[in-house]
Amino acid sequence: MIKIQRLEMKDICKSFQGIHANKDINVEVNSGEILGLLGENGAGKTTLMNILYGIYQPDSGSILINGKPVRIANPLESINLGIGMVHQHFMLIQNHSVIENIALGYKDTPFLFPRKILRQKIKSFSSQFDFQIDLDQKVWQLSAGEQQRVEIIKTLLNGADLLILDEPTSVLTAREIKELIDILRRMKADGHSVIFISHKLNEIMEICDHVTVLRKGRIVGGAQTKDTDKLGLARMMVGKDVALTMDREKLPKGDRVLSVRNIHVTGDKGVAAVKNVSFELYKNEIFGVAGVAGNGQRELAEAITGIRPIDSGKVRINGRDITNLSPRQIYDYGISHVPEERIRFGIAPGLFLYDNAILKQHHLKKFSKWYFLNYERIKLHTKSIITEFRVATHAINNQIRNLSGGNIQKLILGREISEQPQLLVASHPTYGLDVGATRFLRRHLLELCRQGSAVLLFSEDLDEIFELCDRVAVIFAGEFMGILDTDDERINDIGMMMAGSKRMNSDPVEAGLTT
Amino acid sequence: MIRIITSDRYNITPLRSFMTNIAALGAGILAISLIFLAAGVNPLYAVCQIFIESFGSIYGIKETITKAIPLILIGAGLTLAFRAKFWNIGAEGQLLMGAVFATWTAQHLGPALPPALIVPLIFTAGFIGGALWGIIPAILKIKYAINEVITTLMLNYICAEFLTMLIVGPWKGKTRFGFPGTDPLPDSAILGVLPGSRIHYVTLILAIICSVGLCVLIYKTRFGYEARVVGENPDAGKYAGIDFLKTSLILMAVSGGLAGLAGVGEVAGIHHYLGYPASVSSGYGFTAIIVAWLAKLNPLFAIASGLFFAGIIVGGDAIQISLGLPAATVEIVNGILLIFLIMGDYFLYNKIQICRSRA
Repeated sequence: MIKIQRLEMKDICKSFQGIHANKDINVEVNSGEILGLLGENGAGKTTLMNILYGIYQPDSGSILINGKPVRIANPLESINLGIGMVHQHFMLIQNHSVIENIALGYKDTPFLFPRKILRQKIKSFSSQFDFQIDLDQKVWQLSAGEQQRVEIIKTLLNGADLLILDEPTSVLTAREIKELIDILRRMKADGHSVIFISHKLNEIMEICDHVTVLRKGRIVGGAQTKDTDKLGLARMMVGKDVALTMDREKLPKGDRVLSVRNIHVTGDKGVAAVKNVSFELYKNEIFGVAGVAGNGQRELAEAITGIRPIDSGKVRINGRDITNLSPRQIYDYGISHVPEERIRFGIAPGLFLYDNAILKQHHLKKFSKWYFLNYERIKLHTKSIITEFRVATHAINNQIRNLSGGNIQKLILGREISEQPQLLVASHPTYGLDVGATRFLRRHLLELCRQGSAVLLFSEDLDEIFELCDRVAVIFAGEFMGILDTDDERINDIGMMMAGSKRMNSDPVEAGLTT
Repeated sequence: MIRIITSDRYNITPLRSFMTNIAALGAGILAISLIFLAAGVNPLYAVCQIFIESFGSIYGIKETITKAIPLILIGAGLTLAFRAKFWNIGAEGQLLMGAVFATWTAQHLGPALPPALIVPLIFTAGFIGGALWGIIPAILKIKYAINEVITTLMLNYICAEFLTMLIVGPWKGKTRFGFPGTDPLPDSAILGVLPGSRIHYVTLILAIICSVGLCVLIYKTRFGYEARVVGENPDAGKYAGIDFLKTSLILMAVSGGLAGLAGVGEVAGIHHYLGYPASVSSGYGFTAIIVAWLAKLNPLFAIASGLFFAGIIVGGDAIQISLGLPAATVEIVNGILLIFLIMGDYFLYNKIQICRSRA
């Protein structure tokens, strides 16, 4: 096999149902180079990479390796050519160990005793690129970052010279992102080439040599990262100037909406995930919970919305005790929820858009009479969400699985906001969205709060928290390290709080001054 | 070199879905022809004969409708369960339990009551019997996470043995001269038939009403919506606040209950006494799984697919005798058709392209 020195994709076109996903795309990447593919949701980045990996066939255009045209009919051929892909959603078997998963994806796995031979090979790669991974652990025990490393090892073992990473950082914590970047740098130094798909400007700027910007299936710009800046890239991406900050009007503190007192919640693995958390949330307020992923945010959100039982403590909304009520009862008290894993929890993929638009509201009077659903009203409601939240779809009787992740997120958000909830619990609402959609959704959250709702916002994105929130709590290992006003000057130490090494408070409840 | 490329298909129209089914049935019949050929029978003749025997004569049509009654009832009920991805393989047992409850009711209350009262009563009893047998796996699944395929399947055998125990033991009839089986049901509990046929029309009407009703239930009601959501994505169901226990109990009560109604029809409309399990139902609970599948899990279509499979039973039985084929012929035909229907789904949800490559 010849090493990939230079890979070119020329005049690639691909359309689905008459809509161009890719139109006249030209990209090239040389060995020892990292190419960033930047673009909004649905810009055609993943389609392009799926063509390169042999999952799709282009309608026209060609792929050249070292100047010679190749045809890639399926992923196996692509692997044989030295291309490896790490998907956004990992393709690992949860109940198998790391080495078993690697053996499964390895093309020369011997029939008998595969582990023995593989162990040796993996060791050499691990030391070369400084992967730290226990080969005998089961995959479900690994963090997202470790799972990603397993995926990368899989591609390297198969001799990949060119590595495609599809939104690799969307599931990683800040520290894991740093480790990934280190690994990629070492691979680059070793002569590998990398195509890095992302819509996060920071990462692209930090790691890529070149960047190609896609919008609506076409290339709208490209640059050497050293010759450009974030603002320039953002401008290319959305096609107009965007302000990267948003002005927020200061609203007077309203009545108390939510009160959480000393709650304890158990996580999936049977250990305490939320420990003795207390806070209060008022009308017209957005309250942020910051922290590195996996420190109890998900469990806290699920406990408040009734999906996960609360071991002890009390949750009250407008003075009413809602501790451990069913999700539907809690919804009826006015708590909406945008879940963290939207595809997993937020939708029924095979049902139509309009079925999904009422997932939590189908029992409400306005959508049903007796036991019958009022589909006329449901469809009207769906249409209004689609227009208001700019969900891109050609019909409302379209299975929601056909929509892109960003559009699904917009529909879920529209669904949860449209009923004017007392409290919106939003977990990473702009996760995976492009700049335009993010701005749009943030404005909606501010508007919701101006109209008298309270918002509990879980986010890892500190910019988002500072942009939207009046107060922020920092969660670490299931505990609140403190609650601060976002204009508190001590906020600069928030990093210390996120790392669990400092406690600070400006909130009387958390400090135990009121009861 | 020829290559085969598969990709997801996005626009699945009802017409395409229907045509895929027809093509799958056609391919299935082709495969069955090979088996006929191997058995030394002219396949064209045999396949034609199946449909001539079942749909080609007044007698055949009457018999086909008779056999379609239980298939429609059970098949329609299964569409509901399968929509919620509750794999109810236990319709056979639910049918038998319906028959047991109906027999008890008829024997104890029948002599004293006029038909206008006892007929609704035995159907109610049959529904309850089937529903009770159906909700056991629902409780086991939701409360204890026990796989419903295993429980529903095993409950079939338990019910069959229970029924056998009744007819060789406490329920053995005085008029049976020592053979297993109950005494005949009282006349008031015997269902009327269309003249010159075995079509117990009350059950037939009930079957059609149930199919239409289930269609409304699945597509128009809150409960149907919840069942579909649970089937599509249980996690979303949990997030949406759907009560799994309640949903599963209702859908298995309905699914089992309809099988129970079919059991009532068999006992009170056809046999008029309770005999061995294999004589009460000739595997309708299993054939109905294919009926539901061919109907694309739409209860209304279960009427057509029920008639189709009833035709295969009738025609298959006939050619078994006339062509001297083994008794398993019908089951082989049904099994092959199910496999091809499921394979058809693969072609429905995936686009297969064959192209010639340059390399």
